[in-house]
Amino acid sequence: METNGETKSQNAENVLDHFHLFRQPQYLEMFERKKREFEDPTCSDEVERIREWTKTKEYRDKNFAREAITINPAKACQPLGAIFAAVGFEGTLPFVHGSQGCVAYFRSHFSRHFKEPSGCVSSSMTEDAAVFGGLNNMIDGLANSYALYKPKMIAVSTTCMAEVIGDDLNAFIKNAREKGSVPQDFDVPFAHTPSFVGSHITGYDNMMKGILEYFWDGKAKTVPPLVREPNGRINLIIGFDGNVVGNVREVRRILDLMGVDYLIVSDNSDVWDTPADGTFRMYDGGTKLSEISDALHSKATISMQSFCTPKTLPYIEKKGQETIGLHYPIGIAATDRFLQEVSRLSGKPIPESLEKERGRLVDAIADSSAHIHGKRFAVYADPDVALGITGFLLELGAEPAHVLATNADAAWEGKVRELFSSSPFGAGCQVYPGKDLWHLRSLLFTEPVDFMIGNTYAKYLERDTGTPLIRLGFPIFDRHHHHRYPVWGYQGALNVLVWILDKIFDEMDRNTNVPAKSDYSFDIIR
Amino acid sequence: MSLTTPAAENSQEASARNRQLIEEVLKTYPEKAVKKRSKHLGVFEEGKPDCGVKSNIKSLPGVMTIRGCAYAGSKGVVWGPIKDMIHISHGPVGCGQYSWASRRNYYIGTTGIDTFVTMQFTTDFQERDIVFGGDKKLAKALDELQDLFPLNKGITIQSECPIGLIGDDIEAVAKTKTKEFEGKTIVPVRCEGFRGVSQSLGHHIANDSIRDWVLDKTAGKEPEWVSTPYDVAIIGDYNIGGDAWSSRILLEEMGLRVVAQWSGDGTIKELERTPKVKLNILHCYRSMNYISRHMEEKFGIPWVEYNFFGPTKIEESLRKIASHFDDKIKEGAERVIAKYRSMADAVIEKFRPRLAGKKVMLFVGGLRPRHVIGAYEDLGMEVIGTGYEFGHNDDYQRTSHDVKDGTLIYDDVTGYEFEKFVEKLEPDLVGSGIKEKYVFQKMGVPFRQMHSWDYSGPYHGYDGFAIFARDMDMAINSPVWALTKAPWKKD
Repeated sequence: METNGETKSQNAENVLDHFHLFRQPQYLEMFERKKREFEDPTCSDEVERIREWTKTKEYRDKNFAREAITINPAKACQPLGAIFAAVGFEGTLPFVHGSQGCVAYFRSHFSRHFKEPSGCVSSSMTEDAAVFGGLNNMIDGLANSYALYKPKMIAVSTTCMAEVIGDDLNAFIKNAREKGSVPQDFDVPFAHTPSFVGSHITGYDNMMKGILEYFWDGKAKTVPPLVREPNGRINLIIGFDGNVVGNVREVRRILDLMGVDYLIVSDNSDVWDTPADGTFRMYDGGTKLSEISDALHSKATISMQSFCTPKTLPYIEKKGQETIGLHYPIGIAATDRFLQEVSRLSGKPIPESLEKERGRLVDAIADSSAHIHGKRFAVYADPDVALGITGFLLELGAEPAHVLATNADAAWEGKVRELFSSSPFGAGCQVYPGKDLWHLRSLLFTEPVDFMIGNTYAKYLERDTGTPLIRLGFPIFDRHHHHRYPVWGYQGALNVLVWILDKIFDEMDRNTNVPAKSDYSFDIIR
Repeated sequence: MSLTTPAAENSQEASARNRQLIEEVLKTYPEKAVKKRSKHLGVFEEGKPDCGVKSNIKSLPGVMTIRGCAYAGSKGVVWGPIKDMIHISHGPVGCGQYSWASRRNYYIGTTGIDTFVTMQFTTDFQERDIVFGGDKKLAKALDELQDLFPLNKGITIQSECPIGLIGDDIEAVAKTKTKEFEGKTIVPVRCEGFRGVSQSLGHHIANDSIRDWVLDKTAGKEPEWVSTPYDVAIIGDYNIGGDAWSSRILLEEMGLRVVAQWSGDGTIKELERTPKVKLNILHCYRSMNYISRHMEEKFGIPWVEYNFFGPTKIEESLRKIASHFDDKIKEGAERVIAKYRSMADAVIEKFRPRLAGKKVMLFVGGLRPRHVIGAYEDLGMEVIGTGYEFGHNDDYQRTSHDVKDGTLIYDDVTGYEFEKFVEKLEPDLVGSGIKEKYVFQKMGVPFRQMHSWDYSGPYHGYDGFAIFARDMDMAINSPVWALTKAPWKKD
């Protein structure tokens, strides 16, 4: 990216992009002049002094004493998760009741991560609705979206505006149905998803439970509740997952190999991976509506991320199913547990082919462990994802020195500590529930690590602290297509292993590439 | 399939076809919505003073509007780029999270130390804050920011929806803390997302807050600041991908002194000194006409709109700006035009043959639905449809000078309408936003994001035009579009 020292001006033959253009002397001089003459800048010594100060223990203590301001949090708000859950059902249009700006944000956020369209509507409430309530917005909104987007189901959630003024979704939807906005028997499940409670994973839970309750408990009192007739099937709930496209396909492959009768409840792997073949699909794939009802009869439900289903899973359990809560299974032990649970519940043995996959992963780890052993990592992600990564790092002989989740609580902290104490590599590692990335910045300065695993926002920490970043989690805006790769199962763990190793080797090369100075270690065999 | 007959089509045929298309598309709406939406869809008729559509009206619920909210207009657009101030997203976590560093307002500074644009500061409201009010939390947040970021030059409080609904008094908190922090500028902004019908009211509210909490407070405070006869301020350039920089360089080269950038790569000091400039030059009329009018009324500063997209409009604009100054600047403008002409000609020579005759449909915000038309025309391309996300009637009046007879106009277009319009008109390129990008690419239609420049840019100025031309060529002439149909499926 650096220029070769020559002055360049813009030209047709070799168009200079922003990263080249603005490094040309004419721009550098302009920037300097602007700063000097017009910005009234703080003198550079003072900037440097403060910059150094932010690296100190003193600053860290001040930073950790914060009570009111959150800086660079790693969490979003409830309706985002509600939409994520909703689009996993066949032909389902997410409808968010409240201010419209929120929906513009949700759609952009998903599109930036998945590089896919993200269909979702708002009831576009404005000041008058704030005063009189949003009933008319619900009535007109459902009618319009039903007519235009021809969904099979509309899943309603709320923004904080609708929650603060206390709009009642159940009553409003009933009213809209009576007014003929949608046919009498058209499915409109709903969930209240206030942004000032929990985070996007809470919204996922609320919407998932809302949809199941709607179908199982009598569709908001319009039909009799279903009566459970147990069968041998296993339900899987995926949870909020940036790698959902790859993960769901991998889970399907594994379960098909085992010959298990299973149902994925909310499968958005297709809607967020639609082909470019000349046709735009607003809806694609997903759990069939009839299957939502069927899911009641299953023998058991496995939540792949139990911090995404703290209300949903107990609700299912009360219906008489066995429930299993996992934490984003990455690595050998986590995958072993997943397969063993599936095998136990289904009575199907784990096939030899999967055993071989396991062996190959162990082989790969053995081949590479010397490069990972003892390396210190900082990890942040949603609670389950952070647990999954932490478990895998411990298996690799790495030290997850700082594990942080902004949207996590004491229960999660306990789970992470349990993991730490299960391995000698967990000794001295620390867990940080409820902290943000500005806290993590202080940690990285005062207790440095070798590598960091996090989402796109971690690149600011990489810039400030020099800690090399391995991207995993949600959102990832600045690298393409990783969401198409699984991280679950033995194959998924292999992907994570390779991403970690690639970064380690790249760093090794970067640190040994100066001719006649360090390049004796610039080995071609590692 | 396609209703277009590109070669033979004249504007009358285009008008008739577009009117028929509007009628067809409206058929799908419920009756009540047909009436309302029909006022926002139209066909431009040559000689008319506007585009024949209603605008700046509430979006219909449930139609998938592309619009955002007042918070987006204030925090996301107007205030967010002011780099040496901290902008608090006051309320629940989401708004600040989704708008975190997503608008590419480039700036130079040490982030987290003396500049803060690509950071997410939020009071992260919890249920108790809604129930008991958030003023105390806000006051404490301001203390903590002051402590942890001593080099900040001011703080804005960007209200999210709940603030206005729970009756918090953020103005009182701002005043108290301003006193405590010895006069520090702390600006409460009432940009709750439910106000108004789009981003637009947020721009206005943000403009007013600059008027009331910055300019009123500081006007005349710096008598030692020496102005020159050639001082101007760039108003309404958010420096997306460096747009304001590739504009500023031209203004400086023609002999002007750019005292302030509103607000891309801007500082509070630049805002404060703007009342002393000789001319405000206004790029995004929509988002900053308010403050320009205020400075005209209060400080007697004239303002002039300009357009730095494409050489034709740039030349026109440089001369228009220069006309407010003496011969030195007028000669300067000619010198700049002459300097860049060969480069601009070379760009056109290279890219025009690959782009001439290509048809474009736009749907953007602010100024772009009209401003970029000239740049496309410089490359021989034709804009056959355009519309504003949050324009007002004065935008559509201005647009009437840039569009051709028969152009399809869609105000606050819905997802459904846009998809149908593109399906029928089969443009060679669609220029809109991230929410639209993948819809059209799946359909096999080349697309460029015209908010973020699709992570490219700058597009302003001569240096930007070269990038613009290259990017449009790249989008339209990518080999990928020939691959969307499997060979065994080709008709």
